Amino acid sequence: MSANKTSRIGEETRVDKVNAELVTLTYGTIVAQLCQDYDSDYQEVNKQLDKMGYNIGMRLIEDFLAKSGVGRCANFKETADMIAKVGFKIFLNVTPTVTNWASDNNQFSLIFEDNPLADFVELPDDGRAQDELWFSNILCGVLRGSLEMVQMQIEAHFVSDVLRGDETTEMRVSLVRYIEDEMPPEEE
Amino acid sequence: MSYYFTILSPTDTPLFNIAFGTSKGGGDGIARFRFPETAQYMNQFIIHSSLDILEEAQWTNGAMYLKHIDTYPPAAAYISAFLTPSGARFLLLHQPPHLPSSTSTGSGLGSSSLLGSAGSTTRASSSSVAANPTSPQTEEAVRQFMNEVYENYVKTAMSPFYKQGMEIKSPVFRTRVTAAGKKWL
Repeated sequence: MSANKTSRIGEETRVDKVNAELVTLTYGTIVAQLCQDYDSDYQEVNKQLDKMGYNIGMRLIEDFLAKSGVGRCANFKETADMIAKVGFKIFLNVTPTVTNWASDNNQFSLIFEDNPLADFVELPDDGRAQDELWFSNILCGVLRGSLEMVQMQIEAHFVSDVLRGDETTEMRVSLVRYIEDEMPPEEE
Repeated sequence: MSYYFTILSPTDTPLFNIAFGTSKGGGDGIARFRFPETAQYMNQFIIHSSLDILEEAQWTNGAMYLKHIDTYPPAAAYISAFLTPSGARFLLLHQPPHLPSSTSTGSGLGSSSLLGSAGSTTRASSSSVAANPTSPQTEEAVRQFMNEVYENYVKTAMSPFYKQGMEIKSPVFRTRVTAAGKKWL
């Protein structure tokens, strides 16, 4: 599938819209509340966000496939384009750039020019959040959960975030393996 | 002109304050108050003492920007106020520079001649923002400044990690207020 066609699907898929600030404030509140609940243990907050994302992703993939009507991707490159140009486009109305492919084509980076989850956000000024908290970590979980449902085991994590003072917001996604159809263990 | 700007929460907790000087007419943006040794607490004292007048003035019209509301002649301090709908108060104290005879109290370094000439151009155009604290131009400049700070205040208050009524420690906000001061005052 050509890159142009992919972005057209992203443009043309109609989804219900919701006010961006509602999303931003809701998500921000969740993260702030988690930080409070876990006593600013940011590693744990990252983990919880990832877990929430995972659970979202497992459901969201169904919705995604139904709305966009796309079929199976031929390779991981196509998957990456689909995530960036269709997935992020229809759910968050942003199109991260896919770049920095590893030589084996199993790893890429998503660069977010614009991250609606992080509008207005300034990380807590406690000297640790800047180094430990990945504010938008829920997105990693969403990708992990949704791709797992379509037979791809991946690993995703942020490597930089403008909230921390970095130049860009970058998420690294790597394919671990394609999950083959497995017989249920009890079956003959 | 030297400025002292402060934000007070609806319950009179100081949330933010900053002192800066004019950047117009060759100013270098550094505050030079007339009585530097007492300025630190006197400015706060003067600015907070205008709160009673502010509370009267806030009912006179529906505008958020209340213009120049109070003067404290002994320090030649003028107070302008801006009220947000949620009740946060932005107060700006402005103090025009010394009269020509005593202006040259700047740093005694090699730049003093430069400062002197810059000062004289400021005085030459007496309608400029720096010269006359009650002129319409000044009111307008302060209004622009207040609006810009308000915009940034809203953004800061929207940060999920900022709790209402908490001191604003954000360095980003401070930079933006400084930038607004540079732009308009």
